[in-house]
Amino acid sequence: MRKKETEKTEYSEEHIGESLRKLCSLSVGERATVARLRHHGGMRRRLLDIGLSEGTEVRCVGKSPCGDPAAYLIRGAVIAIRKTDGALIDCVCGYETAEDGKL
Amino acid sequence: MTADEKVRPVFTVALAGNPNVGKSTVFNALTGMHQHTGNWAGKTVSGARGEFSTAKADYVLVDLPGTYSLLAHSAEEEVARDFICFGGADAAVAVCDATCLERNLDLVLQIREITPSLVVCVNLMDEAKSRGINIDTAELSRRLGVPVVGVTAHKKKTLRSLCDALDTLLTGKGKSHSDNFYDQDGTAENGSVVPAQIRDAVGEISGFFRSDVIPSPDWLARRLLEGDESLTRSIKENFPDSFADGRLEKICVESRKKLADLGIGRSELEDASATAHLRTASSLASAVVGTQDDDKCGRDRKIDRILTGKVTAFPVMLLLLALIFWLSVEGANYPSELLSRGFGWICGVLGNMFDRLGAPLWLRGVVVDGAVRVLGWVISVMLPPMAIFFPLFTLLEDSGYLPRIAYNLDRPFCCCRACGKQALTMCMGLGCNAVGVTGCRIIDSERERKLAVLTNSFMPCNGRFPTMIALVGIFFAGGSTVIPVLSLVAVIVVGVGFTLLSTKILSSTLLRGEPSSFTLELPPYRKPQIGRVIVRSVLDRTLFVLGRAAAVAAPAGVIIWIAANVTLGNGLTVLAAVSDFLDPAARIFGIDGVILTAFILGLPANEIVLPIILMAYSCGGSLVEMGELAGMRTLLEANGWTGVTAICVILFSLMHWPCSTTLLTVKKETDSRKMMLLAAVIPTAAGLAACFLVNAAAYLFGI
Repeated sequence: MRKKETEKTEYSEEHIGESLRKLCSLSVGERATVARLRHHGGMRRRLLDIGLSEGTEVRCVGKSPCGDPAAYLIRGAVIAIRKTDGALIDCVCGYETAEDGKL
Repeated sequence: MTADEKVRPVFTVALAGNPNVGKSTVFNALTGMHQHTGNWAGKTVSGARGEFSTAKADYVLVDLPGTYSLLAHSAEEEVARDFICFGGADAAVAVCDATCLERNLDLVLQIREITPSLVVCVNLMDEAKSRGINIDTAELSRRLGVPVVGVTAHKKKTLRSLCDALDTLLTGKGKSHSDNFYDQDGTAENGSVVPAQIRDAVGEISGFFRSDVIPSPDWLARRLLEGDESLTRSIKENFPDSFADGRLEKICVESRKKLADLGIGRSELEDASATAHLRTASSLASAVVGTQDDDKCGRDRKIDRILTGKVTAFPVMLLLLALIFWLSVEGANYPSELLSRGFGWICGVLGNMFDRLGAPLWLRGVVVDGAVRVLGWVISVMLPPMAIFFPLFTLLEDSGYLPRIAYNLDRPFCCCRACGKQALTMCMGLGCNAVGVTGCRIIDSERERKLAVLTNSFMPCNGRFPTMIALVGIFFAGGSTVIPVLSLVAVIVVGVGFTLLSTKILSSTLLRGEPSSFTLELPPYRKPQIGRVIVRSVLDRTLFVLGRAAAVAAPAGVIIWIAANVTLGNGLTVLAAVSDFLDPAARIFGIDGVILTAFILGLPANEIVLPIILMAYSCGGSLVEMGELAGMRTLLEANGWTGVTAICVILFSLMHWPCSTTLLTVKKETDSRKMMLLAAVIPTAAGLAACFLVNAAAYLFGI
């Protein structure tokens, strides 16, 4: 029940604007577009490998029982990412991209 | 078929693809080999080879570990990259998952850069179709400039198109796709313009390689420009001529510096190629993938809500574990008894035969009471539960649940500065610790991999379950099967607890460090192919593990019989002398000398520990029928066993030195004697400590 409530509040936030948010702050069901990866080195390459480049649409589809890591739908596959890694991924919420229908 | 009359050509083909797209299924279907398949990333840890023939040629197929990219991060990705780049394959087959083609195309594009002789094999077409995803393979082929075939790998017939495509590619004239792909994806295809400076540098460097080399000169130039150490080394080794006069090396350094001055460093270069591929993949996918059902993941998300939900995840995990154990224990009861009786009968018949032939008593003892009896015990106790456990486990593996376990447990492991993927290797350890240790390759970080390797034997393998089940059955169950099952689950929980504890201690002492980054793919749930799973897991895993155990059991039986029957000068048997010597030390830990001796002798295979104990106790006296619980209880109690002893033996069985196969695997995987030693010392220390505490507590409370 509680999960649903938080979802609702997050959704209303979506309409406020296009401010940058961290990927890990998305709640379950929310969509966002990756604006910037602040990772360097190996992790940056790994994220690019799984398709998480700038401009990619992601959706948070679940959280693990301990709340971290969370699962994200990225280019058709579900990938678990930890909070510490997600904190370095900036996203933009609140607008629908042209490619939205694909996810 | 004129080709048949000539000598048939033999081609080597690399089978590549993202993790978990069904490469192994394609491999098995083509070669008829029985490479183990499973629904999780990282299952194939080393390249398997198999052969198959088509109408026109013979092929050697190499199954590579799954990779997302050829800019390798982990050891297994490096294996795949080096084989595709320098392994001398005549062609590559890139296997894709039709249900998420876009993300698979990234790797296809990377391979396409390296070699023009590529066949794209879009797998899981049936699953895509049932989800309303339509893929235009002809259009994809046109755009990529390489043959594309759609298959459903577990339906063998559909693979004919792949064979045909390979035949045409390698024996026909369809080999020349000389169009420079770079030009397209640099400019026209996706609109991102590669800076002129990069193009110039790439052009200059690629001039040092012959235009028809594989990997393509363009690709080589780009990688040299990026300057990845291990890849640069590989390139140098494979193209010594180009580096001969040192000019290339100088130009690389200069170009790198020139670009760096312009603010284009290594990460910018890598970003540029990665992003270019992703863009191309995206535009390709939108051109060839028909309408996707937006709700395609709905079912998976619903299942995930239960299997990874906040409240339900851990209870469901334990329940599934209990269910598997219950089925194994319950289902194994009757066949075990039957086998045990059968072997008892064989022993009787053989014994009579020896008597009638007038064979010496010792020969009868060595063969019948030694080899056959121990072999019979191992088979009758191990085979039935294994034949049930392995298929059930494989079903779970096929369904895609195992990565969810890693997902659920990542947080606890992260708190111990380790990686959730360690949970996956632990699951594999449940079957066999040596397999679990090899499986640790899926962990990228060296430090975290070592943690997983060292702690893997805290998961009781199939060789140790029967001992535990038997002991619980003898001392605590009173005929029910629920209690052994719950005890086994408790044993696993204790094992997990000790894994976490020792991981935590290790990562703040010997293997200090912070948890590294972590990405884990949660594959879609798939309906396991039940029939195939059962056949394969029984034939491959069960018989393999059993064969190994039996190979050890028979000679061990002989040696133990001799040790238990040859007397030394002081009237004691060899076994008694050794166990008497160990006895005072063992008593501190709630066990006795015989038990400790049995564990030491059980180093080659843990399965034989209980038979050794029984044989040592029963030598001279009447022999118990193995498998007869009441008789075993009387025998054990006559030798001073209590419930506390049983608990200590179970704990020590959970935590002591792993079997020799596992230790050798640890040495091979870590390339270090020290690690092998640690892998034995850590669980032993934990086991002794646990036994000591239980024994001391029992003593204090006067049990």
